[in-house]
Amino acid sequence: MTVTESGSTEAAPVELVTLTIDDVEVSVPQGTLVIRAAELMGVEIPRFCDHPLLEPVGACRQCLVEIPDAGNGRGMPKPQASCTLEVAPGMVVKTQVSSPVADKAQRGNLEFLLANHPLDCPVCDKGGECPLQNQAMSHGNGESRFIDQKRLFPKPIHVSEQVLLDRERCVLCQRCTRFSEEIAGDPFIALLERGAQQQIGIADGEPFHSYFSGNTIQICPVGALTSADYRFRSRPFDLVSVPSIAEHDACGAAIRVDHRRGKVMRRLAGDDPEVNEEWITDKDRFAFTWSSQDDRLRTPLVRDPDSGELVPTSWPGALAVAARGLAGKPAGVLTGGRLTLEDAYAYAKFARVALGTNDIDFRARALSTEETDFLASRVAGRRPDVTYAALEAASTVVLVGLEPEDEAGTIFLRLRKAIKRGVKVVAIASHRTRGAAKLNAELLQVVPGGEAQALAGLQLGEQDIVLAGERLGQVPGGLTALTGLAERTGARIAWVPRRAGDRGAVEAGCLPTLLPFGRPVEDAEARADVAAAWSVQQLPATPGRDTAGIVAALAAGDLQAVVVGGLELADLPDPAAAAGALDAAEFVVSLEVRRSDVTPYADVVLPVAPPVEKPGTFLTWEGRPRQFETVLDTGALPDVRVLAGIAEELGAPLGVRTIGQARAELEELGLWDGARPAPAAAPPARGAGPVGTVTLDTWSQLIDDGRLQDGTGEYRATARPARLKANAGTLAAAGVEPGAAATLSTPSGRAVFIADVADLPDGVVWVPARSEGVHVRALLAAGFGDRVTLGPADGGEGA
Amino acid sequence: MSTLRETLWDPIAGFGVTFRTMFKKPVTEQYPKEKVPTAPRFHGRHQLNRWPDGLEKCVGCELCAWACPADAIYVEGASNTEDERYSPGERYGRVYQINYLRCILCGLCIEACPTRALTMTNEYELADDDRANLIYEKSDLLAPLLPGMVEPPHEMLISDDHHDYYRGKTLPIVEADS
Ligand code: SF4
Ligand code: SF4
Ligand code: SF4
Ligand code: FES
Repeated sequence: MTVTESGSTEAAPVELVTLTIDDVEVSVPQGTLVIRAAELMGVEIPRFCDHPLLEPVGACRQCLVEIPDAGNGRGMPKPQASCTLEVAPGMVVKTQVSSPVADKAQRGNLEFLLANHPLDCPVCDKGGECPLQNQAMSHGNGESRFIDQKRLFPKPIHVSEQVLLDRERCVLCQRCTRFSEEIAGDPFIALLERGAQQQIGIADGEPFHSYFSGNTIQICPVGALTSADYRFRSRPFDLVSVPSIAEHDACGAAIRVDHRRGKVMRRLAGDDPEVNEEWITDKDRFAFTWSSQDDRLRTPLVRDPDSGELVPTSWPGALAVAARGLAGKPAGVLTGGRLTLEDAYAYAKFARVALGTNDIDFRARALSTEETDFLASRVAGRRPDVTYAALEAASTVVLVGLEPEDEAGTIFLRLRKAIKRGVKVVAIASHRTRGAAKLNAELLQVVPGGEAQALAGLQLGEQDIVLAGERLGQVPGGLTALTGLAERTGARIAWVPRRAGDRGAVEAGCLPTLLPFGRPVEDAEARADVAAAWSVQQLPATPGRDTAGIVAALAAGDLQAVVVGGLELADLPDPAAAAGALDAAEFVVSLEVRRSDVTPYADVVLPVAPPVEKPGTFLTWEGRPRQFETVLDTGALPDVRVLAGIAEELGAPLGVRTIGQARAELEELGLWDGARPAPAAAPPARGAGPVGTVTLDTWSQLIDDGRLQDGTGEYRATARPARLKANAGTLAAAGVEPGAAATLSTPSGRAVFIADVADLPDGVVWVPARSEGVHVRALLAAGFGDRVTLGPADGGEGA
Repeated sequence: MSTLRETLWDPIAGFGVTFRTMFKKPVTEQYPKEKVPTAPRFHGRHQLNRWPDGLEKCVGCELCAWACPADAIYVEGASNTEDERYSPGERYGRVYQINYLRCILCGLCIEACPTRALTMTNEYELADDDRANLIYEKSDLLAPLLPGMVEPPHEMLISDDHHDYYRGKTLPIVEADS
């Protein structure tokens, strides 16, 4: 386990304290705990409650050591808990290694702990990786003298749908409660009762809904906390562990994937002090079954011209059909935000080299040209500037268009840590969310669309950081105001996209105006640079169409073919229109892991590998590369290989066929150091909507029914209930009773939610973007900042 | 050069052994026509034992698989539910396989088993002409149902209380001979 050093990168001069541990003199920084000073010199003192990222409590009493001299010449009369004791100059410490007193104290304590501990190891999920098992072996007595009835509890109890608690196994170390309180800020479990009946239980009244609950399972030093998902699934000695990177958000959390017999059994938090420390979200931990669902594509499919059905075909056959279909047709490329950097690069190169077009865009969502310009001028091809560590060292962090708890869990936890160091968080949002409350955030309340104005009025300094989420790009003038703010005040800004592949796609050149690493398409020098690296004569010089443009051009027939990779139509601004456009397209090539809503329109479907089955790199929102290797070797092909195959058939070889080659080429290209395009002028703000409508505020909650969370029953059951939020006045004006069903409607359709009163501005409603079966985008063709009509549900009373 | 004794006498002397043996009782075993019982503790094919009501003793803990030096055992645990109960506790062995192509019949798995679910029989006929047949599944290894046993899944028939169940408390008490 490691601890992150304080936010600043330059090391402050540390004062060293010299003490003697087991007759060896050591010098350690002042304030070090004895247990860690001993660790530094290679003595492991047994422990349960001590955790380097949690505050010391001294709850389990396992780490007792003898202190013959506390540094003042006097010894301590009884053995002391080394995990709460700070070093002092001249202190003498004797651990179990050199002191029979410490050894006896530790053995005695372990015997106490085991007095009530059940003989559950054969049926306990922790068995084989259990600190209690291990330390009972290394520091315990072989025999127990306890002959009475052990304390019994009915087992297990459900702390949440996902987290189960076997109270008999608990050693009351309070790691779980401390994590929930200190790190996640969700006090969902607490210590109850006293004495022999003391136990961990659900905090009063509040059901344990935390997005980080899985971490408590991992840090519990015994098998008291287990997950319903993994219960009884396998044993640690049977698992093969591979370090990897989570694919669910742009945070790049380090994870450990445990698999056996070709199947992923569980995922654990990896340990990366620079990024996620030792914590991950429940999504990163539990949502890994999506790639092994029944609708997984295993063989290439080609649409039979006679029957109109997709029929399995050989790889060479399918690649040839794909190439024939694409040849000579004006074509575009749509990639979702889930690709790895290498794969995104292959698409970017494929578009330019094989299709001869700049019509490529990774944004499967609402977008604006303002955003395109912003990405080109402020994001692409820059070295990481704002990092996780910088968040801790900032004085104020402003969140705009971003709800970190839902959209970037690792940032949320870092900010939780930062506020303890005095960092102030300001949220520019329509209401104070639970996440914002846990960050102690000051709310700058705005109506969606008003963010630009709020940013323009902000007074910040150079020590301040603004984290802008993806939604700010949908606010006319929002990103321009952000850039203006940075220039005006010197505050640093960072763009925090939602998906793991978004930042990588920007760098790879999956944008109509950008070549890899920020090289502008319109810059002849940049084009020549890339053309030379790719050994091609020239590259298309005119900026291409963005996602909206490609969809419109397909519908209008200006584009006749499209290559779609890893994209959900339902995420696009108008899913029905997008489906119509794909229907109108003459030829659609789809590269997908599983059947998707693009498959029915595809002429050729080429199966590609999910991240777990290939190597790759995700770029975090900071721009930090997070490389990972194959976990399961199934022989599934990465997008690079498939695109290279089509390009070869087209007679315009891609030059890269493997992830390794793509990595090497990216390395060689390097960042662009030439001129960057100046951002265009800000577009006008949206006008007021028609009377009787309300402004929609919405984002995806961490746990919802996204496709990457399929096949995870217990995990999905821990989602927050889907509620519509608006203030009492707004609800009353629409004739909606609080607690009753309300309808949101647009000309495209309607969605029904239960309405809750919350402190939103007048005329604004918030709903989760996706909740069990209700997908706002697909139903309403409306999203963040759009106008919708609010009314009571059919059959409800009111206006 | 060999001596006269070596060339003439030795070949004939060799037949002396043959001649003497003709009058001894033969040790040949007429296997497979006649089967001779093994030593009582002979390490033969494994058996997965049952509780007196037919529920399985195996809890799917994989300790046998861990102990196996030949990596011949594969176990997957799973949860019992109220409607589908295979063993008295929370956990049972959903998949249980022993690969007799690998097993060296050392018995370390038996020592490792915390529930006495796994023991060995004296059955030694473990040969086949198909490799796949030598991977024994749970159904091949489970002990036969004795009178009073019911094929799982079913609820605990001896007692609802776990402690009584394991101690066999509510089983009919057989009076000791007076
Ligand atoms: S917590 Fe550890 S010691 Fe206790 S039953 Fe589980 S594996 Fe055994
Ligand atoms: S449940 Fe685990 S982490 Fe929580 S107090 Fe008990 S032993 Fe410690
Ligand atoms: S046979 Fe015994 S050791 Fe093997 S899994 Fe079953 S209970 Fe565990
Ligand atoms: S580790 Fe020191 S008291 Fe628990």
